[in-house]
Amino acid sequence: MKPTDIRNPDYFHKVVDCQWACPAHTPVPEYIRLIAAGRYSDAYMVNWHSNVFPGILGRTCDRPCEPACRRGRVEEEPVAICRLKRVAADNKADIRARLTPIPAVRNGKRIACIGAGPASLTVARDLAPLGYEVHVYDGEKQGGGFIRSQIPRFRLPAEVIDEEVGYITDRGGVVTHYGQRVESLKALLAEGYDAVFVGSGAPRGRDLDVPGRQEAAANIHIGIDWLSSVSFGHIKEIGKRVIVLGGGNTAMDCCRSARRLGGEQVTVVVRSGFEEMKASPWEKEDAMREGIPILNYLVPKQVLHEGGRLTGMVFEKVRAEYDARGRRQLVPSGEPDVTIVADDVLVAIGQENAFPWIERDIGLEFDKWGLPKLDEVTHQSTIPNVFFGGDAAFGPKNIIWAVAHGHAAAISIDLFCRGEDVRDRPPEGMQLVSQKMGIHEWSYDNDVSLDLRYKVPHAEDEVALRDITLEVELGYDRELAFKEAQRCLNCDVQTVFASSLCIECDACVDICPVDCITFTENGEEQELRTRLKAPALNLEQALYVQDGLKTGRVMVKDEDVCLHCGMCAERCPTGAWDMQKFLLEAAKAARPVPALAAE
Amino acid sequence: MSFLPKPKLHHPKLPTNELGFTRRDYEGAISTLCAGCGHDSISAAIIQACWELSIEPHRVAKMSGIGCSSKTPDYFLGASHGFNSVHGRMPSVLTGANLANRDLIYLGVSGDGDSASIGFGQFAHSIRRAVNMTYIVENNGVYGLTKGQFSATSDKGSKAKKGAVNTDEAIDLVGIALQLGATYVARSFSGDKAQLVPLIKGALRHPGPAFIDCISPCVAFNNHEGSTKSYDFVREHNEAMNQLDVILGREPITTDYAPGEVREVTQHDGSILRLRKLHEEYDPTDRVAAMHHLHERKAAGEIVTGLLYIDPDPEDLHSNLGTVELPLNRLDDAALVPGAAALEKINAALR
Repeated sequence: MKPTDIRNPDYFHKVVDCQWACPAHTPVPEYIRLIAAGRYSDAYMVNWHSNVFPGILGRTCDRPCEPACRRGRVEEEPVAICRLKRVAADNKADIRARLTPIPAVRNGKRIACIGAGPASLTVARDLAPLGYEVHVYDGEKQGGGFIRSQIPRFRLPAEVIDEEVGYITDRGGVVTHYGQRVESLKALLAEGYDAVFVGSGAPRGRDLDVPGRQEAAANIHIGIDWLSSVSFGHIKEIGKRVIVLGGGNTAMDCCRSARRLGGEQVTVVVRSGFEEMKASPWEKEDAMREGIPILNYLVPKQVLHEGGRLTGMVFEKVRAEYDARGRRQLVPSGEPDVTIVADDVLVAIGQENAFPWIERDIGLEFDKWGLPKLDEVTHQSTIPNVFFGGDAAFGPKNIIWAVAHGHAAAISIDLFCRGEDVRDRPPEGMQLVSQKMGIHEWSYDNDVSLDLRYKVPHAEDEVALRDITLEVELGYDRELAFKEAQRCLNCDVQTVFASSLCIECDACVDICPVDCITFTENGEEQELRTRLKAPALNLEQALYVQDGLKTGRVMVKDEDVCLHCGMCAERCPTGAWDMQKFLLEAAKAARPVPALAAE
Repeated sequence: MSFLPKPKLHHPKLPTNELGFTRRDYEGAISTLCAGCGHDSISAAIIQACWELSIEPHRVAKMSGIGCSSKTPDYFLGASHGFNSVHGRMPSVLTGANLANRDLIYLGVSGDGDSASIGFGQFAHSIRRAVNMTYIVENNGVYGLTKGQFSATSDKGSKAKKGAVNTDEAIDLVGIALQLGATYVARSFSGDKAQLVPLIKGALRHPGPAFIDCISPCVAFNNHEGSTKSYDFVREHNEAMNQLDVILGREPITTDYAPGEVREVTQHDGSILRLRKLHEEYDPTDRVAAMHHLHERKAAGEIVTGLLYIDPDPEDLHSNLGTVELPLNRLDDAALVPGAAALEKINAALR
């Protein structure tokens, strides 16, 4: 293998699994250390710069970081990254003075954002500090979009939304046009904006198509519309027996909301198996804890009704069969149909994009799925000054992806408005700084905690189920947060190896608790992976290879389960190993990228 | 040294041996020796060897004297018996323990000061008496604990860290062990675990006095230009006679060698020592030739390593003395107090 080029920011970035997995590349270990140190405001700011909505995401994020967490590969469960983020938001001081300042002098460019959801707000957050005048349009009376309309208040209090949306809209540079739904893109373009960002989400809930649907329409509700009516207080109750159709997170929000609005027997019915459900595991857990059964492999067949009132539903039992190519098919199992009595049905079987307000003759092209044709990197549409992001761009995803899209689109809009090539993206930079403070003292806590994941305390069911606005998760207190934070392995503190200093004494090989390090003859990667001290079977994790040793061998380190405990560096007599903190300088419109730190 | 204990978390795919233990189960406390000390590699090799042989940790007695090397038994086999004796007196304590309980596996760990200076006589007599043990000298050719004076195994003409030249002749512990009748004699290098681990395994399975002289660079005081026990010097001058594999009866034999390249020696307990020859003319069962070869190659400036001598069917102290088969702690009252008639018989024999 060729020696690893650690000057490429991607190499060590990938080692920080959580940060790499986060669409917004939040420097997770960095803020977790700050939480452990009690520096909640600093931890909040690290988050705010990357993901814009730490308090919101700390309660609602889809957490792509946690399945990626290295801790999950060395013991049972990953670090509770998401809920630690909430700790930073809950415990911070007033940070308003620390937000990126908005210049008094504008640059003369006007940008329109359609929709006041996370993607649009991220664009506004990134562009306003550069002097842009950002106009945000939304049909609702308050900002937040999906965050406000569809996430129930018992998961996300309104104050948190108000606060974090306010950090963007209330500091100048951003003009909000709430209650003003954009009905024509053509008309908006005619207003002379320099660029338009479409962050209007995926606002249409998929409907059910079975016999009886129309007759019982009064008691059948589309999930996201129903959630939004609940959120805005238009709906305050539901029948005692409720069926929720669908296996995603919207279905979980529907069933838990129904439990709080008078639903006593709430049942979730899913076509697929439990494991394949789209809902996050913890959301399924939360629902089941509230006494909501989840029934799998049942396909809706018929809605039962009597005199215009819904009385229940009939389901066909199916089982999964896989063809030679591994594709799943649901085939009838032949068992008798299942009838579930109900007063109301909530349909949460998916969302679709809808752009009835975009004229088809203005040059904006759509693909066969009805999604705009976009450049995946720049988010630019076929009209050069119109950009898309969030669910409106590539179909329904989640908040953290919307934020990432917003960052990317903001870079594009900035380049576009300056007359530069939007494809010429600013480079990512990085810093690598030694953490050595003494012979065996490091500026991070390298004593690896053996604690298992701490559970987040919840409000008692009797209290929580009575009030739909009462936040059910109480969050970690400071003490629990400290203990959970200590579980983080500090994967951003990298093991950096200098061959020229190595005397090949094997001290690092002997001390490494997880057998990461091998000194051996070089070879092709596939073959080399088999003859390391512990075979490197996880192909997604890189081998760190350095040559230039006196014996002609190479140092090979398998990054897979490294604990970043620094033992190799502590036991190295010559300082050939050093622990260096990797800090990604992510490319962002709102932040100038510093030059690569000198070695 | 490190202040923190080694993290308990281990590689999720860490294999287990026949007893269900991982290699980590054979570790001890974290080393307090200088970072990069060769002794730590020897500890790691002992851990690896015991794990591979599936030795029950409570069946091992690890004994040592005084010195950097003699501290190391704290850093491996944390669940074994241990005794840290007075300086240079490990061999007699080990001999006594062995006489009292012949069922344990005795592992003596010593250094060049402990065995070639203050304990030279003890070392010599324990070998002479053919105590069934594995005796490892972690040989760095320097008094590291007292900051770098020449030891009795420093080569004549080698230089100390500050430049002084050694004028005294070195004691060659391998030569002494051969002369005094050790039946398993090896030399190795802490920086070559591929060679060292099988040599330790073979020694642990050897039913007689097994001696390993393991060169172990002292990074603090003897790893400089002019030293003959530095990592660089040993790597440049290392001449391995053979490569050993220890094969226990149950393991299938998988590696193919051309005929004539391999020599197999079956030990008393059925284990097979398979020696892949690296030097065509070297015969590890010929003691006189081995001593001759060692002198010859030393004069040529080489450090000869590998399994240098093996007697597959040795005698040991117990067979020489005709001692009782059972360990003393398992003898019952009838055996320990044979009664007046037996005493009378003994007395009569002495009249």
